[in-house]
Amino acid sequence: MIERNFKIWRGNSKGGDFVNYKISIDEGMVVLDALKLIQADQANDLGLRWNCKAGKCGSCSMEINGKPKLACMDRVTDYKEDSQITVRPVKTFPVIKDLVTDLSWNYEQNKRIPPFKPKPRENGAKYRMQQEDVDRVQEFRKCIECYLCQNVCHILRDQEKKNKFVGPRFMIRLASLEMHPLDTEDRIPAIKNEYGSGYCNITKCCTEVCPESIKITDNGIIPIKERVVDRFYDPVLKLFRVFSGSKK
Amino acid sequence: MNNNSIGFTYRADNWWLQPVAVLVGLGAFIAYSTWAGMQGAYYYYEPYLSPFYSPLVYVKTGIPGGAPLSHSLLGAWPAWWPNFFLLPSSPAVLILIFPLSFRLTCYYYRKAYYRAFTWSPPACAVGAFPQKNYKGETGLLTFQNFHRYALYTAIIFLFILYYDAAQAFFYKGGFGAGIGTLVLLINPTMLALYTLGCHSFRHLIGGQTDCFSCSKTKFGLWKKVTYLNERHQLFAWLSLFWVGFTDFYIRMVSMGIIKDYNTWGI
Ligand code: SF4
Ligand code: SF4
Ligand code: FES
Ligand code: FES
Repeated sequence: MIERNFKIWRGNSKGGDFVNYKISIDEGMVVLDALKLIQADQANDLGLRWNCKAGKCGSCSMEINGKPKLACMDRVTDYKEDSQITVRPVKTFPVIKDLVTDLSWNYEQNKRIPPFKPKPRENGAKYRMQQEDVDRVQEFRKCIECYLCQNVCHILRDQEKKNKFVGPRFMIRLASLEMHPLDTEDRIPAIKNEYGSGYCNITKCCTEVCPESIKITDNGIIPIKERVVDRFYDPVLKLFRVFSGSKK
Repeated sequence: MNNNSIGFTYRADNWWLQPVAVLVGLGAFIAYSTWAGMQGAYYYYEPYLSPFYSPLVYVKTGIPGGAPLSHSLLGAWPAWWPNFFLLPSSPAVLILIFPLSFRLTCYYYRKAYYRAFTWSPPACAVGAFPQKNYKGETGLLTFQNFHRYALYTAIIFLFILYYDAAQAFFYKGGFGAGIGTLVLLINPTMLALYTLGCHSFRHLIGGQTDCFSCSKTKFGLWKKVTYLNERHQLFAWLSLFWVGFTDFYIRMVSMGIIKDYNTWGI
């Protein structure tokens, strides 16, 4: 029989503390299994959010030994036998109960983004897209909205700038719309002024924690920052626009 | 539980290893390059020229291990040069600003030094340096947006450093090669692998378009640059190490401390 020690944060919006649990585990168990076992045997009122147990719904985000992770994708046997496994709710969003947090701020950000606005069809013909054009935006559509990237981003987590920056998850949503060959909406000014692209200092923690391995910074945020440079900072391009009369 | 102090974390792994490694690596390079750039001597050993000193805008003659006047772009070192200790009459101080500004504004190095030097944040899910009003790259750091201009100069430097590598095949007009030639050839190659993987370059070469299928050439180039871009961190360090090593090698040979093995028998 294998045993593991867990230290789980218990509490609500008013406060709480870590509580220790010891359980015996089976080979192949993930942290979510262990938490459910603790819930069944020792703490029936343990607040826990999960759904698919397959790393695809994004519900079970938490911080395990300080690392933002999906509990359903983290094997218990990866932790040494004598070690203690610390489990806490994500830091950036307010706790509701135990490991469950209120993520509604994220949904508010999503609403601020102007949706996909395709160019009109030519004579009612079908839209046609080539694979190479689809691929780039498709990467961002793998997002399962676990908000681990939002949680780890120091701008939201430590600097308390939720009013200035929408966070990496929405930067890649903006990127997927901006890079879409059929989209006609211009979001670049808002990306700079309202969504706060300049706040990101490309330290890449979002990329480090993304369970879908989306290259958030390299493929999403940096290309978007470069488009902001084109529009707002590059003096040569600015001059070029003055003479060519183009707005973008 | 929500402790906001600097460095606070529940992480149990050695998260501090990476910032410490960057601190030591970049710190060592900055220390060596500043020292070497201020020497103004032993940067040349025919036909090798240290990359810290190239191109030679002005040359001071009669210096041990200095280049002959004929290698200078604008001639002899100007007499009006203030020449106090921060601005020695060393050809390196005239040009180091270009590679420095390129690396300083590089997206990879930004990540590295924001983590290791300014702790914003030191590592993921580790308490950042507390700032009352964090501005990221919108305040004082807005200059990071001009990285592409530093890139343009870096591309010019690639040509200059390849020219130096080509020169390193000719000693007093005679074709040949030495260890120094090889060192000088690897240097711009490493720099090219780093420079051509630049995020701004990736944007300018094709990334700005939404329609890859509209131009096969653009898409092809973008894919090649993407290959290098995915290895940008690796080439950033390799090229940094190698450019420092190149100066070190030529300096050692020029000072007579080590011998350069070559076909000319010098
Ligand atoms: S790279 Fe930018 S968006 Fe991602 S975690 Fe860092 S600061 Fe936040
Ligand atoms: S980008 Fe990745 S980390 Fe962020 S919400 Fe989507 S899947 Fe989660
Ligand atoms: S339970 Fe769905 S991602 Fe973990
Ligand atoms: S991003 Fe590193 S050189 Fe441009």
